[in-house]
Amino acid sequence: MVLAKFCPQELIIRMPDQALSHLKVLELCNFVCGPYCTKLLADLGAEVVKVEPPRIGDESRRRGPFLNDIPHTERSGLFLYLNTNKLGITLDVKTRTGQSILKELIKQTDIFVEDNLPEKTAELGLTYAELKKINPHLVMTSITPFGQIGPYRNYKAFELNSVHAGGEGYMMPIESTFPTREPVKGGGLVGDCMCGLSASLATLAASYDMKATGIGQHVDVSKQDVLMTMVGLEVAMFTYSGIVRTRHKRKAMMATPKECQDGYIMMSAFGDRDWQVFARFIGKDSWAEEERLNTPMKRWENSDEIDQYVETWAKKHKKNDLFHNLQANALAGAPVNTSEDLVKSPQLEARGFFVEIDHPQAGKLNYPSVSYSLSGTPCNTWRAAPLLGQHNEFVYCGRLGYDKQALVKMLEAGII
Amino acid sequence: MSEQALSHLKVLELCNFVSGPYCTKLLADLGAEVIKVEPPGIGDEARKRAPFLNDIPHPERSGLFLYLNTNKLGITLDIKTTKGRGILKELIKEADILVEDNPPKVIKALGLTYQELQKINPRLVMTSITPFGQTGPYRDYKAYEMNLYHAGGEGYLLPTQSPDLTREPVKAGGLVGDCICGLSSAIATLAGAYNLNETGVGQYIDVSKQDVLMTMVLLEIAMYANMGIVRNRLERPLLMPIPMECQDGYIMISALTDREWQDLVKFMGNPSWASDERFSQWILRHTNGDKINPHIREWTKSYQKDELFHQLQKSALVAAPVNSSEDLVNSAQMEARGFFAEAEHPKAGKLKYPTVPYKLSKTPSKVERAAPLLGQHNESIYCGRLGYTKEELVKLKESGII
Amino acid sequence: MKRAALAGVRIADFCWLWAGAYATGLLAILGAEVIKIESMARVDPSRMMSLTIGKAFEGVDHSPVFNSINLNKLSVKLNLKQPKGVELAKKLVQISDVVSQNMRPGAMDNIGLGYQALKEVKPDIIMLSSSSFGAEGPLRRYGGYAPSFAAYSGLTHLTGYSDAPPNPMTGSTDLMSAATSAFAILAALNHRQNTGQGQLIDLSSVESLAVFTGDALMDYLMNGRVRSRRGNQDDIMAPHNCYRCRGDDKWVSIAVSTDEEWQAFCMVMGNTDWTQDEKFADTYSRWKNRDELDRLVTEWTVNFTHYEVTEMLQKAGIAAFPSLSNQEIFSDPHFKARKLAVEVEHPTMGKQVILGAPWKLSETPAQVTKASPVMGENDEYVFGELLGMPSSEIKQLVDEQVIY
Repeated sequence: MVLAKFCPQELIIRMPDQALSHLKVLELCNFVCGPYCTKLLADLGAEVVKVEPPRIGDESRRRGPFLNDIPHTERSGLFLYLNTNKLGITLDVKTRTGQSILKELIKQTDIFVEDNLPEKTAELGLTYAELKKINPHLVMTSITPFGQIGPYRNYKAFELNSVHAGGEGYMMPIESTFPTREPVKGGGLVGDCMCGLSASLATLAASYDMKATGIGQHVDVSKQDVLMTMVGLEVAMFTYSGIVRTRHKRKAMMATPKECQDGYIMMSAFGDRDWQVFARFIGKDSWAEEERLNTPMKRWENSDEIDQYVETWAKKHKKNDLFHNLQANALAGAPVNTSEDLVKSPQLEARGFFVEIDHPQAGKLNYPSVSYSLSGTPCNTWRAAPLLGQHNEFVYCGRLGYDKQALVKMLEAGII
Repeated sequence: MSEQALSHLKVLELCNFVSGPYCTKLLADLGAEVIKVEPPGIGDEARKRAPFLNDIPHPERSGLFLYLNTNKLGITLDIKTTKGRGILKELIKEADILVEDNPPKVIKALGLTYQELQKINPRLVMTSITPFGQTGPYRDYKAYEMNLYHAGGEGYLLPTQSPDLTREPVKAGGLVGDCICGLSSAIATLAGAYNLNETGVGQYIDVSKQDVLMTMVLLEIAMYANMGIVRNRLERPLLMPIPMECQDGYIMISALTDREWQDLVKFMGNPSWASDERFSQWILRHTNGDKINPHIREWTKSYQKDELFHQLQKSALVAAPVNSSEDLVNSAQMEARGFFAEAEHPKAGKLKYPTVPYKLSKTPSKVERAAPLLGQHNESIYCGRLGYTKEELVKLKESGII
Repeated sequence: MKRAALAGVRIADFCWLWAGAYATGLLAILGAEVIKIESMARVDPSRMMSLTIGKAFEGVDHSPVFNSINLNKLSVKLNLKQPKGVELAKKLVQISDVVSQNMRPGAMDNIGLGYQALKEVKPDIIMLSSSSFGAEGPLRRYGGYAPSFAAYSGLTHLTGYSDAPPNPMTGSTDLMSAATSAFAILAALNHRQNTGQGQLIDLSSVESLAVFTGDALMDYLMNGRVRSRRGNQDDIMAPHNCYRCRGDDKWVSIAVSTDEEWQAFCMVMGNTDWTQDEKFADTYSRWKNRDELDRLVTEWTVNFTHYEVTEMLQKAGIAAFPSLSNQEIFSDPHFKARKLAVEVEHPTMGKQVILGAPWKLSETPAQVTKASPVMGENDEYVFGELLGMPSSEIKQLVDEQVIY
């Protein structure tokens, strides 16, 4: 692929020899889930062109946190995080011209990720059946709340709804001491990100197959399905034994974090060996020997008593002291970290988990990077999220051959 | 801003595109504090219009927007939301003048009529600029500048001196229709401000753009009403009614009086055709225009437009070249007048702008500030003036209010 | 009767012709007392003849043109070629708030009525000097009428069909310059109200039209590109033109801005085959194919009157309106409802229809209270009452052709 004459030298589009540098991805997604899916590919070197609606852009641009609490479309930490390493263009795909331009781009892409409801995709004329005709090698991934088929396929759902539809919401907070209170979703962006991750791995599999056989396909991802698989065990529990899992408190040993002086610690001691070490660790040597507690089942029976003691004991200690001491004893335990704890963690520092990226409006900021390190193709080239429409000229003029005047008219007509 | 002619006025602008923004620009360029309210995310329509700096289309590079919004503060606000309207009313309390250009139905549905706003600010001068005004059978009609130029009656008369009626009538060029409506609204608004200062009484000003444009051809309209004369764009007997071709463009020459005609004839070297009896009086020169004009057209062809312009003017004859934008920008006269001034904009950089056509000796107009970025003054207005905290501003943004 | 916005403001008006006269005319409609200073030695040409109408008038008080733009004003005769005339003019300025003039730059100074001289008799005087090219610069001594300053300003170059010569428009350009002057005076009045300070306003008619071509100027300033005329066409909207309707030279203007409006338009036209063509499906495509689009729309509009098209399209939320002739305006129901046209009683011409103010002010309505003055109509009031001169003195000055 020849770099167009409109491409200034510093705008190096192809990241040198990264794991997915050979892939070209077109993203027509909004907010968290879809963008996270393609971010994973972009961070490993795939060229991702993100299509945003003209003038308003992706929804996440309007969400905090904003740098210095100054709300602005180019200062949203959420957007900046979810869209590192992508190229950004604007395009109104509700217009006929916008659709035909999108199709020109699809001809040149390997992977197309989109997240419109099926009836909307059909309305826009962008179904897999249509797009296959113009690009038979296309891998198209559709990420929707309930998938492409079934009676709920056009239902609307945000992350909150999906997590509860997936079944995990109902069960949280686990071991709730307030069973009359509402069930809750997981924190952060876990629901949407998990769906994005799941979609990306299916996409990579399909892409792998396409490169081997030349045949593209449609990857239909239902977010509800993905989230259900995250609680697959509980689902299996029901089918196997008829047990309905709820968030009500049941017998379970140290199932939830225990309060420390300066936070919480999560501790586990499952096997018998671990239990013995743990019992001595918490100053209950007798428990290490007692027959009453020498099997997991028995400990489960007495979990109330155990937990009560552990709760009182933990309050006397600091979470990080406990953490390191537990680990020194080969026991599983970890502090319940806040974002601040994470950013200051020497472990994450050594891993290079946070990287600095410079952005034309937001300036130099640190970002979480990736959770894996590839020896042959490390993720070491980082480019900030695109400004709204930043690469319009590069893509439309450079790749599709439009001249600058045409671009002006397209903007005036609201196409870009 | 240093003491300017209108520094004492506080204006709130709830307008879009050309006409309303031009009205408040006139006030801003003379020192009024103008706060321009734009819809969040998309901003004023003009941001979407060419010309774009270096033809790179971008909402912060539109020459149209940059020109029409010099010297203003800019905030974003969605007045379709209840909270948005609540914030707008807080701003209206502090304003002397509100200029808006929404259709009457919309203003009513939003609960922002003068009756309502007067309650929260009895001193308010509110100017509404709409295609057909607030009353009458067409008040809810939709019309853009081109429609209004034709509704006003001048469109039908252009291009003047058309050889026949087969081609369509046309509006005048540039943004003249919308700008003159903005100018006219500014006149009425300043009259309202003057009265407010004298008496402490605010009021409502209803401007119909069609009415404004009609007053621009009030002579033609009065002509019909009083003398039954119907006008169209067909050519009529007149002396030199339209520009004449030169080697490098066109020149407009006028010779209205006998003295001017004689001087022109002398300038042309007293050609024999000019001594015709039929051309001896001004009224005859017009009725026989079709016999004179071809001669003059032949004669102007041998000149360059600027050369002829200066020579004629030196002989106290009225003439002017038909200038393009390029001619104007490069005009020594415009340069001497300082008509174009430079201002720095955070995204568009240093650019030259047309300024104002009048020089006020004590309170000259200045381009103190380029047009605002979208939402540039949200913090200083909402936090600084209305007392919102930064956290509240973040929430307002996330909920799409700003 | 309700109060007038500019009640108590007095303007000494030395302007003549259209541009200057209409400026103070607008202020007179807003309630200022405007005293037009004229002379039989230098009669305002608009009292005498009209190219627009195409005739000369008998006498100085028979011009419907003059009448249309000098409403509500007073008139005094004052011969400024006589030193005593200049003295009296100064006395008038002394009791005025504003002076307005549009002689060639330097002329008022030569007479002894320049800004410096007038500031001496009234330190806070506001003076407007309007000229074609402005009071400074290499062309300051050049003369101009509306067609020439429209030409110089760039507006003419931008008016007309794209494949035809540039067009100077009608006398509207004079009235536009007038509106600019009125605005500038009002700004100075507001400033003086606030600070007590007067000042000199130097206004260029060329520049007052140039500012209306901001988009073209910015294109040149930013991108070095010279824009030219394009008839009724728009940067990006299509359809956007005048379309022929049934009848003799009847046209309707139609402008479609969004895809929603376009779809509504297609529905009104019956969703015929051509309207569903991909070529016209969105703004960008419609603009690219605008010439063909114009032809096709015309095939539809020719079947209806321009008012019928207007009604159908407005009902569907589309901008459409007839290209009104000066005659048709008078049968239009909205025009009648707005009462822009008013009748005044003129001393010599009888009942005359004129256009009033295009704004409705709720507290201080801008009203036409009287016709334009006959020459010297208010000599007695101004010299006798305002300046307190005894009638013997006035008679003396009449004889000396000072009040002339």
